[in-house]
Amino acid sequence: MLNIGKIEEGFVLDHIQAGKSMQIYRHLGLDKLDSTVAIIKNAKSRAMGKKDILKVECDINSLDLDVLAFIDHNITVNVIKEGEIIEKRSLDLPKEITGVIKCHNPRCISSIEQELPQIFYLADEKKEIYRCRYCDEKYSETSLT
Amino acid sequence: MKKLRHMMNPLDFSVEELERLFDLAGNIERDMEGYSHKCDGRILATCFYEPSTRTRLSFETAMLRLGGKCMGFADANSSSAAKGESVADTIRVISCFADICAMRHPKEGAPMVAASKSTIPVINAGDGGHQHPTQTLTDLLTIRSLYGKLGGFTIGLCGDLKFGRTVHSLIEALSRYEGIRFIFISPNELKVPDYITEMLRQKGIDYEEVVRLEEVMSQLDFLYMTRVQKERFFNEEDYIRLKDFYILNKEKMALAKESMYILHPLPRVNEISVEIDDDPRAAYFRQVQYGMYVRMALILTLLGIE
Repeated sequence: MLNIGKIEEGFVLDHIQAGKSMQIYRHLGLDKLDSTVAIIKNAKSRAMGKKDILKVECDINSLDLDVLAFIDHNITVNVIKEGEIIEKRSLDLPKEITGVIKCHNPRCISSIEQELPQIFYLADEKKEIYRCRYCDEKYSETSLT
Repeated sequence: MKKLRHMMNPLDFSVEELERLFDLAGNIERDMEGYSHKCDGRILATCFYEPSTRTRLSFETAMLRLGGKCMGFADANSSSAAKGESVADTIRVISCFADICAMRHPKEGAPMVAASKSTIPVINAGDGGHQHPTQTLTDLLTIRSLYGKLGGFTIGLCGDLKFGRTVHSLIEALSRYEGIRFIFISPNELKVPDYITEMLRQKGIDYEEVVRLEEVMSQLDFLYMTRVQKERFFNEEDYIRLKDFYILNKEKMALAKESMYILHPLPRVNEISVEIDDDPRAAYFRQVQYGMYVRMALILTLLGIE
């Protein structure tokens, strides 16, 4: 059994689909964070079979977690302060996401003007459909950067 | 300070705002002389990154008839884009020269990028296969003028419904009015994109998709024909195979109502036989005239000129 110490302040992201923790690590910019991050891959889970878990020691106001819902809205976000869970945050799909998905439409202006931010908006909340702000192209799983 | 307005998508204007725009276009049609000095001293920049003589001339004529002047470029090679200038930089420069800009660009979303950096109103004059709002405004004004109202009719859209931006814009714009039924007539390869049918389903709007024009002809109050454009295809074989799929001729017109109108964004290639041109139901050249009126009305509206 692997033991990882308690964190004083930060987040525990639980029930991450097995194998997706590194994607989340990248999208949350955790590689740029000068703090303790624990990545637990393929942990046993009664409900999921196996799952990933991320523990991040940081100021709880320093991370933008909106993108999590976009990647996997089944993730449980535990907010930790003074070593205790103070909140279990539910995830709503963000209305707009910037710099997470790349538009793959060769006719989109963002395909030739590289400095333009890649912006997608939530076009259909029920079906979780995002579209490019510039050309309305629908995002597909393969578009994730 | 008055909020800067652009025209990127026909949906940028509410139904009420469009009504005012069309009323203004109607007034212009009836009293052209009365509007001939409304834009004295104003300049329209036509920034066309791909050639489109018809649309550009319509914009320029609209401004000239309002008493204004025009400048710009007719293809990307004669602009700084050839030197690698971004759309954002170009519009910042154009904003220093002109009062309003009409932009056509082969890349989808380019006019939106321009609008986000501009200090003058920007009109999307067509961006790739995406939107062509002033064509839509033209179509709406034509329908409104011919039918007397926007709503309560069946419209068939025929031809290239996949890449045809005029069709996408028109469907979105018409979807805001009551009692319109859509019939999409196209080969399977050129069907209307799923985001359009998704939108119609969400709004509970009645539509049907068919392959043969003849089977629905008698139901139509309007038939909107489109050209199968070579530049929208990635390979020539597909283009050659599909381009003659739907040709409107006298035989097919015999199946149509006497009161049906044929619309077409032009230019046509051979999808409407010339033998139809003298048929009173052929409204595509009148449509061009309405296009100029509506662009005049749009220029006045965006410039805030009463």
